[in-house]
Amino acid sequence: MSNAAALTHTEISVGEPVYQLSNVGKTYARNAIKALEGVSLTLTRGSFSAVIGSSGCGKSTLLKIMSGLIPPSTGRVILQGKPVTGARRDIGMMFQQATLFPWRTTLENIVLPIEIRDGKSAAKAAETQAKALLELVGLKGFENTYPSELSGGMAQRASICRMLITEPAVLLLDEPFSALDELTRDFMNMELQRICTSRNATAFLVTHSIPEAVILSDVVYVMKPRPGRVAEVVNIDLPRPRTLDMMTTPKFGEIVEHIRGSLDKEAFK
Amino acid sequence: MSNLERIADVGPNDDDNTVWTEKTGWMDRVPRWAKMLLVFVIFVLLWDFVTRFGFVSRIILPTPLETLFDLIFVGKNLVSGGYMLGALWITLLEVFYGFLLAIAIGFTLGVIVGETAFGEEAIMPYLVAIDTMPKVAFAPLFVAWLGFDIDSKVALAAFIATFPIVVGTAAGLHAADTNSRNLFKTMGATRWQALTKMKLPMALPQIFTGLKIASVGVMAGAITGEFLGGGKGFGELIRTAASQLNTPRVFSLILYLSVVGMALFSFVSWMQRRVVFWQKDRVSAGSE
Repeated sequence: MSNAAALTHTEISVGEPVYQLSNVGKTYARNAIKALEGVSLTLTRGSFSAVIGSSGCGKSTLLKIMSGLIPPSTGRVILQGKPVTGARRDIGMMFQQATLFPWRTTLENIVLPIEIRDGKSAAKAAETQAKALLELVGLKGFENTYPSELSGGMAQRASICRMLITEPAVLLLDEPFSALDELTRDFMNMELQRICTSRNATAFLVTHSIPEAVILSDVVYVMKPRPGRVAEVVNIDLPRPRTLDMMTTPKFGEIVEHIRGSLDKEAFK
Repeated sequence: MSNLERIADVGPNDDDNTVWTEKTGWMDRVPRWAKMLLVFVIFVLLWDFVTRFGFVSRIILPTPLETLFDLIFVGKNLVSGGYMLGALWITLLEVFYGFLLAIAIGFTLGVIVGETAFGEEAIMPYLVAIDTMPKVAFAPLFVAWLGFDIDSKVALAAFIATFPIVVGTAAGLHAADTNSRNLFKTMGATRWQALTKMKLPMALPQIFTGLKIASVGVMAGAITGEFLGGGKGFGELIRTAASQLNTPRVFSLILYLSVVGMALFSFVSWMQRRVVFWQKDRVSAGSE
C-alpha cells in the first residue's frame, strides 16, 4: 500500500483480532455523498491505532460507525465476534470535551455508564472500582469534587475513568486531548499510553496531530477524502514504552515527514 | 511640532520613578447602597418639587408625604388583619394557583415541544401564534366561562405565565450538546434516561429563566383579571381607590403589590441557586 517500504509493512500481528471492519462504506442518503468507501481494518488486542486525515476525510463517520451510532451502508463491522448493530457495552468512548455533567460529582460521573445500563444499585456497587480507576489516573481524593473544580486535564482523566468503568474491549478516542494546551496534551498522551499498557487496552485514536498519532500508535491509518478512504497504513516500529524524548529522534521525524508528505499530496491535488 | 506640543505629548508622568497604577474613578469607591440611596433621594425630591409647587395636580399625583402616610395606613390595616389583608390573601391565592397551573402546563408542553419532533413541528406553531396574541384580551372570555370568582383570575394569570415556561423548557432541552447526546447513545441509554439524566438537568438554567419571566407575568395576570372581572382581591381595591380619585391609596397599594412581586421573583431566584447549584453565572432575565 505504501512506497515507503522502510516504514511500513503490510500486516502486523500483535495479538488476536478484537475489532474487524471489512469493506465498510457509508453514503448519506440526504445528499448521496460517499463519506466512506471500502475501509478495512483490524484492531488486535492490546494494540494502539490512530487514524489521521484532513477535515472531511470520513474520520468522524468512521468513528460513528465503529461506536454503533450509525449503521454502515456497506461492509461488516465485527467486535469480539459479534456484529455491531447499536450501542455496545464493550465500546468505551472519549471526546474532545470531557463531557462531565456538572451536577454529578466526579465519582457519580464515572459510574454513570453503569447507572444507565444496570441501575442505581449497580452504580453504587461499582464505586469501589471507580475509586481504583481514579487512583490509576492520578485523581485520588477527587471523588466528591464537582467537575467545575477540575482543570481541563483533570476532567479528561475523569473521562478516561468513565470510559474504563465498563471494562470495554475497545477504546474509541475522538481527539481526546486536542482542547488542552500542548504541554498538558503531551503529558496526557504519555498517561494514556501508561493506562492502556497497564490494562492491555485496544485503542483507536482519531486525531489531527501527526506527532500525536505517531508517538502513541503501533499503526497509523492515513485517510483521504472524496470519497473517504484509508490511503495508507503506516506501521510505527518505535520501541515501547514510548517517551516524549523520542519525538526528537531522526526516526520519529522521518515517520512524521512521511505521513505529512502523503497528506499534503492529497491536499493540493 | 512645536516644543510645547512635545512637552504635552510626554505628559505629567515623565519621571522614571513613576509607578503605573490603575486609576479608579471616585464613583468606584462609593458603596452601592449609597448610589441607590442617591437615586432614591433625587427621585423623591423631584416628585416633591412637581407636586408641592402645583406643576401637577395632587389628584393626579399625590405628594411623597401623602403617599407615605397612606403606606403606613395600609400597612397598619394589613398587619392588624383588616379587609386589605383579606384582599391581599385572595390575590396571593390567585398568583399561587396561577403559577402552579402555569408550571404544570408549561413544563408538560415544553417537554412535548422540546423533546418530540411532532411537538416541535405540529404544536409549536400554534403556541407561537397564541403567544403573539394580546393575552389580556382573553379576560372577558375567562370571566364568561369561569365566573367572577378567583377561577377566572387564576386562569388569566396561568395563561400569561405558561408561555415563558414552555419556551424556556423547550429551548433548554435543545441546549444539550452533540457530545453529551452521543455519549448517552453509546452508553445505550433509553430516551427516558437521556431526558431525565442529561437533557432536563442541562435545561434547568433556561427553565428557571422561563420561571422568572412567568413570576412577573403571573402577578400581572392576576391583577388584570381583577380589574376586568371584579372579585375581592387587591386589584379590586386599586380599582375602587382609582375611581374615588384616591391616588395616594392607588400608589401605596401598587407599592405593596410590588413587594409581593419582588418576593416571588426572589423566591424563584433563590430556588435556582439551590437547584442549579453548578450554574456559575447569574446572568439571566431580570435583576437579582
